Parts: sequence; structure tokens; C-alpha cells
Amino acid sequence: MSFLSYLINGISLGSVYAIIALGYTMVYGIAKMLNFAHGDVIMVGGYAALTMMLSLNAHPLVGVLVAIVVCTVLGITIEAVAYRPLRGAASPLAVLITAIGVSYFLQNVVLLIFGSNPKSFQSVVPLPDLKLADGALTITAETIVTITSCIIIMIVLTTFINKTKTGQAMQAVSEDKGAAQLMGINVNKTIALTFAIGSGLAAVAGVLLCSAYPSLSPYTGSMPGIKAFVAAVFGGIGSIPGAMLGGILLGVIEILAKAYISSQLADAIVFAVLIVVLLVKPTGLLGKPIQEKV
Amino acid sequence: MAMLEVKDLEVYYGMIRAIKGISFQVNEGEVIALIGANGAGKTTILHTVTGLLSPKKGSVVFEGRDITKVPAHKIVSLGMAHVPEGRRVFAQLTVYQNLMMGAFTRTDKGEIEESLAAVYKRFPRLEERKNQVAGTLSGGEQQMLAMGRALMSKPRIILMDEPSMGLSPILVNEIFDIIQKVSAGGTTVLLVEQNAKKALSIADRAYVLETGKIVLEGDAKELMNDDSIKKAYLGE
Repeated sequence: MSFLSYLINGISLGSVYAIIALGYTMVYGIAKMLNFAHGDVIMVGGYAALTMMLSLNAHPLVGVLVAIVVCTVLGITIEAVAYRPLRGAASPLAVLITAIGVSYFLQNVVLLIFGSNPKSFQSVVPLPDLKLADGALTITAETIVTITSCIIIMIVLTTFINKTKTGQAMQAVSEDKGAAQLMGINVNKTIALTFAIGSGLAAVAGVLLCSAYPSLSPYTGSMPGIKAFVAAVFGGIGSIPGAMLGGILLGVIEILAKAYISSQLADAIVFAVLIVVLLVKPTGLLGKPIQEKV
Repeated sequence: MAMLEVKDLEVYYGMIRAIKGISFQVNEGEVIALIGANGAGKTTILHTVTGLLSPKKGSVVFEGRDITKVPAHKIVSLGMAHVPEGRRVFAQLTVYQNLMMGAFTRTDKGEIEESLAAVYKRFPRLEERKNQVAGTLSGGEQQMLAMGRALMSKPRIILMDEPSMGLSPILVNEIFDIIQKVSAGGTTVLLVEQNAKKALSIADRAYVLETGKIVLEGDAKELMNDDSIKKAYLGE
């Protein structure tokens, strides 16, 4: 029974990684850049929700919505101010370094406003836990909400990308920006939209993460951010199902390693698995370079 | 008045002056060929016309409107389509999805359906393969898709960059037949080609480019009989 409960916890943590990884992978797929500030957007989302709930006594759902709006606006602003001017830069390192700069900038702004002490986060899921098998297996309400959100996000996002005109424009931009422009697609707008979606998802991930692990500091975003980046690479960066699969596997591996091997070594094991996967399949689990005839 | 008028165009890649002040005109209904060797600047010119590159000097005027500074994504809705060199179809989208991307700026569903039917009629192979991912098409099929995709925007002028590149002689004939049919259908054609013989055989007028300059221009039939052209480009 304890294995089952570890597994469920792993899937739940993995769902959070997956939602964050979606932001990484979509931005990478379309803007061809690694947005290392993505983890810190999660943290900003957490503070936005917390401020709404504590200072303004808002309903948790309002807190979540405000967090989504704040992060979406933040994502669009970061892209327009920090990344867009560098899109034509000679070296792709310029934008990568800028992303790291943005990451520190966000951490320090939050540090200035809210201080360095961790704040205890109030769960946004005011529901009772689910007890199964006469109380031998407890599934928290946060777990259920997290996994459900992840599934819904996956379905909505896949439908959006494959079925809508805007979604297909995103795919076109990710493949060939020049050809996409010749079709009449506004590349800047499409990239901004990608940042908006990724950052909105980061807000959801932030709120879910803080509900499950209720402590929030200016550095809360960095570790999940890095893990989600690993998850995206693990699943095949640029691939949306890959980010989902990578995230969930990563969460499960991490929790099982903590439970059965050593909690100190858990992160090392996670990264070791990544290295092995990349040695065997350098494009990640689902990242397949399509065979293109010329 | 010319439909498309390029005047004193100069384009730089960094410090290198790739296009050294060229001017040419395309009149409505014409097939115009830009011929020249690799590196002469043919592709650069097309990219500048459709806004993928910006010129340092000169202007591009389309149907009386200065489009020199109009961004690339706003060009297609003005009635100008560009079939880029190397086809550049969206490899991971299906044939159908690629064609619909061609109609991205159009909103009338009924008219889009009509264009789609017309493209399928002109390229029956594309209809057979409409649900296939474009990256798995053969080179000739990809060229047809790139042309079909451009026609989906219902252009009044179509710019084609090396449509014969990498294709077998039979396919080259097929592609040139299609270009002639597109032209006969009322679309003006600006054709860039290394295959000078083929290009001159279907063009009304032509411009010969050498290292960023126009060195010769005139009636396509006359150019075909020009001794210097024969020697340099037709291998005779």
C-alpha cells in the first residue's frame, strides 16, 4: 500500500514538473531559447496568489486567477523587454545569459518586497483528503486537483496546437520563421503568445506546488524550474507530450528514490537517469527528428 | 504603370554589398525571369521584395504602394506570394495543414474551400496525400506543395525561387508547365532560376544578374539567341 501512495505522490509532483516543463518546451520549440527565468515566474505566481488570499482575503480561486493574470503579463513583458531585442543577436548565448539575469532580477525584486523569510502558503484546495482502503491509503485533495489539472491542461493544449489556426501557426513558426512570415503569420505576436501561455501555466504550477509543499520564498522557483527543464529535456525538448511524460517520470523517480534509496541522493539519481537517457537517446524519450526528404 | 517596380535597390549582409543598385519592373500578366549564377543575388532580391530582408537603399513599389518598409508578414495579404528557395514546407504539418497555412490571412471559409479545390485540381497528387506529413513527400511533391500553398493566398503576383532545384528533368518540365498554367490563369510571375534555358523558354522578359548587378535585360526570346548568354548560361 505504501508503494501505491508513493507512486501517487510521485505522479502528483511529476504533474507539477510537467506543467512547468510545458512552458520550457513550448518556448524552446518556438523561440529556440531556454528561458531560465521560467522557474522564477512560478515563484511570482505563488506570491501573487498568497498576497491575494492573505492580505485581501480573496477566495483561493480568485487568488489562482490573479496569479495567472500576473504571470501571463509578466511573461509577455519579459519577452518584449529582455528577449525580443536580442532575437537577431549574433550569439545565442546573449539571450541565454539575459534569461539568467532576468531570473536573478525576479528573485531580488521579490526579496525586496516580501523579504527573505519563507512564508507559509495556504492551500488553494479547501477540500478534505480522500481515504481509501479503510484509511490505509490517503490521497490528499491537492494531489487529486494537481493530477486532474495536469490532464486537463494536456488535453486543452494538444487540441489547441493541433486543431486551431493559431496553434498551427505556432507549429509553423517553430519550424521555419521565414516561411511562416511569408504565410502572413506575425512571428513576434506568436512568440509573445507562447510566452503568455507558458507563464500562465507556470502560475498554475506555482500555486499547485505551494499548496502541496506550503512554503514560499524568493528561491522557491529555482529547483522546480531546473527539474522541469530536466523533465523537458528528458521527454525531448520541443515536444509537448514529451514534456508531460518527462515531468511525470521525473516526479515518480524522485519520490521513489527518496522513499526506497535515500532522500539525500534522490536528486542525484534523477540527474543520473537523465544522463543515461540522453546517452542512449540524445533527443530525449519522445523527441524524434523527423526524416525529411530533400 | 508597372505592377511591381524595384528601384536602385542596395542590400547588405553586414559589410558586404550583395545587391549593388538594381532596378527592374514587372508588368501585370507577365512572366519575368531573373537569371544568373549561384551567388548573383537572385534570392536576396526576392527576400528583399517580400520583406524578409531590408534594403539599405532603394525602393520596392507594388501596385503603386511603397512596400519597402512593410514587414514580411503583411506582404501576403497585399496579393503577393513567395515560393521560397528550397520549398520550405512545414515538414511536421500535413499537406492539408500546409495548404491552410497558405490561406492564413484569409477569413472567408467558402472562398478558401474554393481555392483548396482549385489547388487540388491543379495538383491531384496533393489531394491524394492530403493527410500525409509534408516532410515525407518527395522533392517534386514538396515543390508542388510549396506552390499550392502560395496559391492558397490567391495572389495577384507570385514570386518563385528556383522551383526546378534538385528535380529530375521530367519533374522540371512538369513544374514549368504548371508555372505556365498559373500565368495563363491570370497571375503575374516573377521567376528566379539557375536553369536559364527553361526560364527563358517560358518568360516574356528577363534580367541577367551577375554579382549583384543587372548586366543584361530584354525580351526572353532575344536573350536566348544572344551569343554571350548562350555561352555563359545555356551551355552552347
